[in-house]
Amino acid sequence: MKQVTHIIATLTLIGVIAGGSLSLVNNWAAPKIAINQKAETERAIYLVHLDGKRYEEIKNAGFEVYKVFNEADSSVGYSLVYSGNGFQGKIKLMIGLTEDLNKTTSIEVLEQSETPGLGTKILEPPYKDQYKGLVTTPAIKLVKGVEPSNPYEVQSITGATISARAVVTIVNEGISKLRAVENKGASK
Amino acid sequence: MKKQVTLLREFTKGLWETNPVFKQILGMCPTLAVTVSAINGIAMALATTFVLVFSSLLISIVRKWIPNQVRIASYIVIIATFVTIVDLVMKAQFVELSKALGPFIPLIVVNCIILGRAEAFASKNNPLRSVLDALGNGVGFLISLFALGSIREIIGSRTILGYQVLPNGFEPWLIMILPAGAFLTLGLMMGFANMYIERKKNLEREALIAQYRRVGKEEITDEVLKEAGV
Repeated sequence: MKQVTHIIATLTLIGVIAGGSLSLVNNWAAPKIAINQKAETERAIYLVHLDGKRYEEIKNAGFEVYKVFNEADSSVGYSLVYSGNGFQGKIKLMIGLTEDLNKTTSIEVLEQSETPGLGTKILEPPYKDQYKGLVTTPAIKLVKGVEPSNPYEVQSITGATISARAVVTIVNEGISKLRAVENKGASK
Repeated sequence: MKKQVTLLREFTKGLWETNPVFKQILGMCPTLAVTVSAINGIAMALATTFVLVFSSLLISIVRKWIPNQVRIASYIVIIATFVTIVDLVMKAQFVELSKALGPFIPLIVVNCIILGRAEAFASKNNPLRSVLDALGNGVGFLISLFALGSIREIIGSRTILGYQVLPNGFEPWLIMILPAGAFLTLGLMMGFANMYIERKKNLEREALIAQYRRVGKEEITDEVLKEAGV
């Protein structure tokens, strides 16, 4: 009996001390972590809308989306966070869209775990810059081998078709979800 | 009674003789996963060393009060507490590093180096020795991860600690920063390390045999050699 009490007392004491010290550390760290996360989202929002000065979160959309305003406080469009499956893991994108949702302003990859040197080319200008002013109606299309001939076409990456296609799919899906929420733009 | 070794030995044995990566083959998961660059290796090893030193110290202090039946549970709670502290501090102060190391920081809890040292050393020795032992193992881990990370970074991305060291003409070997590169590098490094040790041992053995011959010792059997420690 004495031993059982000893065991319970020891474990309880260790648990209490561990919990107590963790709550102290958390009290100190939690606000800092929140600030870091906010700063990061903010940075990404303005990356796809260079003239953005202020943003508002659109609530109840079911995903992260922000309306961005410029210096004159008029809306310049949306910053949409959307993710989907890449080649090996999730790809999370920040997609910049114009007010009417018919054009992308640019995209930024927030998270990815694609193959280094191949799939990670989605981060590089030759591929990424294609999303500057890309037309999103009827839908963005991936072309292979040939130069894009329509304003809604994106050229694939040699050796990383899956990653390139994943980005296109995520952007298209995100836009159609946002259209449904905002009741805007060309329907199919 | 076990012979007490000097305090300095307590520290230095972890550097090479019982190096956690190359000799104890412990902590392979973070070793293989995070060493895509030298800086990641350093950060991972420092975080692990911090946890290792403080949990060893605490476990060694409380070792006499903890009932034998629940010692592992107690150690894990103590280790997990320190790991969570490291994780929170890194998220608050070193955002980039914490992102790069991702889930491997929380996974330090189950890193066998830490529980291994707690069970094999800290639970049986006084706090001073435990801290020295933990520091030695931590530094040993740091050396291994830094070496592995540097090799992979130099060949895989032409840089070391972010500075370019190989010319642009050198096509980076992508495989080195992929998981396969980790296995290849670690395997080769372990192979060379063992080769070196083997050769050193053989040289010592031959030197001793030669010495025995000189003094005219009759029989040079395996037992005689074993007694001399070679």
